[in-house]
Amino acid sequence: MPVKFSKDHEWVNVAGDIATIGITNHAQEQLGDVVFVELPPVGKKVTKGGDAAVVESVKAASELYAPVTGEVVEVNKELERDPALVNRGAEGNGWFMKVKISNPAELESLMDKAAYDKFVAS
Amino acid sequence: MNETSLHRTPLYDQHVKLGAKLVPFAGYEMPVQYPAGILAEHNWTRTHAGLFDVSHMGQCALIGPDFATTAKFMETLVPADILGLAPSQQRYSQLLAEDGGILDDLMMTRSADSLYIVVNAGRKNEDFAHIQKHLPEGINLKRLDNLALLALQGPSAVSVLMKRDSTARDLEFMFSTRLSLNGIAAHVSRSGYTGEDGFEISVGQEDAAALWQLLLDDAEVKPVGLGARDSLRLEAGLCLYGHDIDETTSPVEAGLLWSIQKRRRLEGGFPGAKRVLKEIADGPARKRVGIRPEGRAPAREGTLITDASGRSIGTITSGGFGPTLGGPLAMGYVEAASAKASTEIRLVVRGASLPAKIVTLPFVPHKYKR
Repeated sequence: MPVKFSKDHEWVNVAGDIATIGITNHAQEQLGDVVFVELPPVGKKVTKGGDAAVVESVKAASELYAPVTGEVVEVNKELERDPALVNRGAEGNGWFMKVKISNPAELESLMDKAAYDKFVAS
Repeated sequence: MNETSLHRTPLYDQHVKLGAKLVPFAGYEMPVQYPAGILAEHNWTRTHAGLFDVSHMGQCALIGPDFATTAKFMETLVPADILGLAPSQQRYSQLLAEDGGILDDLMMTRSADSLYIVVNAGRKNEDFAHIQKHLPEGINLKRLDNLALLALQGPSAVSVLMKRDSTARDLEFMFSTRLSLNGIAAHVSRSGYTGEDGFEISVGQEDAAALWQLLLDDAEVKPVGLGARDSLRLEAGLCLYGHDIDETTSPVEAGLLWSIQKRRRLEGGFPGAKRVLKEIADGPARKRVGIRPEGRAPAREGTLITDASGRSIGTITSGGFGPTLGGPLAMGYVEAASAKASTEIRLVVRGASLPAKIVTLPFVPHKYKR
């Protein structure tokens, strides 16, 4: 399944019933240098549109909102050691968490890459 | 304020050309960072020289019949010793309200018969009106809106300026002089807002772009935005008006007693002297302190400070990440009993109580020319 994007600038890459979630390259450019990432505990239930993680740049703290509802099954521990990974690889190694999706229908409301790029440009 | 009504400094086109990210600040469209980013700009300033556009700040001259008359008038508004300034000497002080609260902080320089003053951008209209309201016959306030202001800060700043005018080397900390930089006449002071050695350079707005480019042409110099200016001053333990000091804080609470010279402490005669002198004698109820969170999470302005039992003892007024320190840092006010260095405190961040310690300021040692 191709990567999907939310209006809150998260990306979702689904394989089976597991969604890998991160912030988009556009989002990291807007944030600037990331100095701290607060990840949820494994096992936490997240709700689409609800707070799931915190990402802090030198200037400010921002929320990562869960783009899908489900249970956190893994977090990217590497971000605690090296938060700048978010800047270097927002849509790759800088992923935040993996969530076991409880409502696959929610994916329908997310954008594909072309729609997200258009959304960002507008 | 809507964006169409934002002011631009004479260096606006330079910022755009450099690819700066522009944000509204104090009514101006200002560069918060350039493409290098806040961390790189911060680190460059600590190791080389950063060039800042601070033309949004308010410059003015107070012109009287002689310096003593002008200085005596200014001493009715600020608690610093102005009369005792040597020619070309600069001093930091605060405009105080009658209750001892701080209306703004400012830099003042003795220049012939006049006093050259730089105030914060966000307060300049209020400050100038405040000074104007108190002006006696014979002293005039002249706004210098036709001047730009650049700051060149960092260990290489002096060598960069010396290439243009070798006399820059001899300028003492908190003194000013006239330099000719490739033919551009500039009023230069050895001061700044980063904790580093450096200069603030006042030039006619028509010369600002040429001087900016002249300095940027030096391989030691890179442009630095307001984002790094904030992290640099925070590491240096310097106050930001409207955050660490405001109309509710006194200079004694803010730890600015060093800026009230002995004669003024003895004689008083400035606004709020009653409160200030009482706080000097008895100690203030609360104090501005440096704070180091023990974990990695930054604690931002507004964060509640508690003691180990969870009792509220104060609030963070500036907080973030210190690139040179390599971790989170903050300043805030705590009750005097908890203000000693190494006191263990807690910070309430997103509902969690995180351990932190009171530390002495600055976080990063000052490297002023002494």
